Amino acid sequence: MSAAPAILLDELQFRWPGQAGLCLDIPRLEIAAGETVFLHGPSGSGKSTLLGILGGVAVPQRGRVCVLGNELTQMNSGARDRLRATHIGFLFQQFNLLPWLSAIDNVLLPCTFSPARKARATGLAGASHGVRAEAERLLSQLDLTSSHWLKPAAELSVGQQQRVAAARALIGRPEIVIADEPTSALDAERQQIFIDLLLREVGASSANSPVGADKTALVFVSHDQRLAAHFDRTVDLCEINRAVQTEARMGPA
Amino acid sequence: MSPAPLLRLAARSAWARRLTLGVTLVAIMLSTALLLCVERVRTDARQSFTQSVSGVDLVVGARTGSVQLMLYAVFHAGAASNNIDWKSFEILATHPAVEWALPLSLGDSHRGFAVLGTTPEYFTHFSYGEHQTLAFRAGAPFANVFDTVIGSEAAAKLSYKIGDKITLSHGIGSANLLEHGDKPFQVVGILEPTGTPVDRTIHVSLEAITALHLDWFAGAPVKGVAIPQDLVSKFDLKPKEITAALVGLKRRSDVFRMQRFVNEFRGEPLLGVLPGVALDELWQTIGLVERTLFAVSVLVIIVGLAGLVATMLASLNERRRELAILRALGAGPADIFLMLAAEGLLVTTLGATLGAAMLTLISAIFAPWLLEHLGVLLVPRVLSIAELYLLGGVIITGMLASLVPGWRAWRMSLADGLTPRS
Repeated sequence: MSAAPAILLDELQFRWPGQAGLCLDIPRLEIAAGETVFLHGPSGSGKSTLLGILGGVAVPQRGRVCVLGNELTQMNSGARDRLRATHIGFLFQQFNLLPWLSAIDNVLLPCTFSPARKARATGLAGASHGVRAEAERLLSQLDLTSSHWLKPAAELSVGQQQRVAAARALIGRPEIVIADEPTSALDAERQQIFIDLLLREVGASSANSPVGADKTALVFVSHDQRLAAHFDRTVDLCEINRAVQTEARMGPA
Repeated sequence: MSPAPLLRLAARSAWARRLTLGVTLVAIMLSTALLLCVERVRTDARQSFTQSVSGVDLVVGARTGSVQLMLYAVFHAGAASNNIDWKSFEILATHPAVEWALPLSLGDSHRGFAVLGTTPEYFTHFSYGEHQTLAFRAGAPFANVFDTVIGSEAAAKLSYKIGDKITLSHGIGSANLLEHGDKPFQVVGILEPTGTPVDRTIHVSLEAITALHLDWFAGAPVKGVAIPQDLVSKFDLKPKEITAALVGLKRRSDVFRMQRFVNEFRGEPLLGVLPGVALDELWQTIGLVERTLFAVSVLVIIVGLAGLVATMLASLNERRRELAILRALGAGPADIFLMLAAEGLLVTTLGATLGAAMLTLISAIFAPWLLEHLGVLLVPRVLSIAELYLLGGVIITGMLASLVPGWRAWRMSLADGLTPRS
């Protein structure tokens, strides 16, 4: 079976309610399974909106959004919630950990909302270990020592919080990981280390997968073009979003 | 999906916000206690009023309005327009359906408290509330003509004790009353508080009332005639008239037959009243108290719930980010709803339960004080059915109130989308 693309946008148009102009107007964007993509866009290029649409929170007025072959515009909000919980790992700019929850429980959060993801995470750790062992393995892989696992997230350093957030995005090996400016709080050296860790984990999950199984695609969003070299492909949102081009043409000369 | 992990998550989230939730909990606790308290005072005030007499099947007096008869016969307020002839009372008392009959003679007072002339049987037959009979805090019923038994409130206000001598005044009120100064009474008994007009009554024997007025005529002492106290026993002290009578029947089912007998009495125009019905009627006419208390109850509910919603909304900013994160990680509306509802249920149930416990404790402590000073008899109890309904209402409303901010939070979390701002 030929795997469906991880993400497929087709003649997508989106306008925020109450606004005159389109926010997004993307003829086509395809991201293959297992592909790592650097999505570049300055602020105002519709980045956050695009992520909202991929996550199923915002629904476009026109066009198709397919995530792993599922047409989001044809699904109800509950089904979109389930799809997001099961197949997409999010890594946010502010990490968005629950400060009162321990590092390991933050990592396990997606498994609380998606039994499918929990089952996969359990499968990865081996039936005798359980889902908690998988969270511990991920945290170890991301160089977070066990002394930090039970600490509340609020007590961790920025770098540690970021690795917890990464582990949370990766647990249960979702087919898509979307990272939104996850390195903006770090200095250049730490950015490098973190991206290496992230790519290693995504790559490891793809490499370890049995033939034909879903591979993990990574969409890495940033305005910092120096990071682009680490990824399979670079997509410039300004280039594919006609709404931005129109605005630029019609803006003050 | 089993809700257990979600509930664990909700519990941890609540624990992280324990300070804000603690404030909410205390607010709910206090308003529940206040609400139950006002309601309890309201129902008990009504109860202690409408059960000012119980076990009495018929109140009999000269023909007048039933409310007026109750006012003077039971509450010793106002004056009777007419008296009952003693012979009529004797006919009534010996009627085959009648088990006992207590004559009541009113008209004198002592420092603002009504004086009631009656027979010693009054202390065994009269009952109030749930058929509670009068109990003596000290002393015993009167045995001699110039003995008196006083109610608890009168005793407390006037600081009387057993053995004190008191004199009675002719008439009711306080201004320029003529004194029966030549015939003092001795306090031989003090009653326990009842929360009824008995507390404010000076009880003397029927013979004493006659004796006091031996040398009086037409409401004033007869000039030049003074019968010393130690000589009154030489006179026939059997009363000629009484003010009213309380009647107990052998069978309650005879009450309407007996009432008809009284109302169609041949000797003189009489009126028989069923005290329960008449007291209820009287309470309706002075129902302002109850309506006021009810309005207070409603205000307490509104203020309490407004406080609840206010504290919940105040904590909303704290939760906004949390709920957005959970939404982004795949929590559906049902999951969010379950978490919020569980928290609301926990906090309101705990608050309402603690409030009820607080009220039970406080009312147990303050019940004697309330009875002594306000004449309200708080019936000791855990929770009545009506109060359980009220408690259920508080919990349901509190839960709904906690869902309003929750619903807002959920809408906001959708708008926040996948990039919640910190």
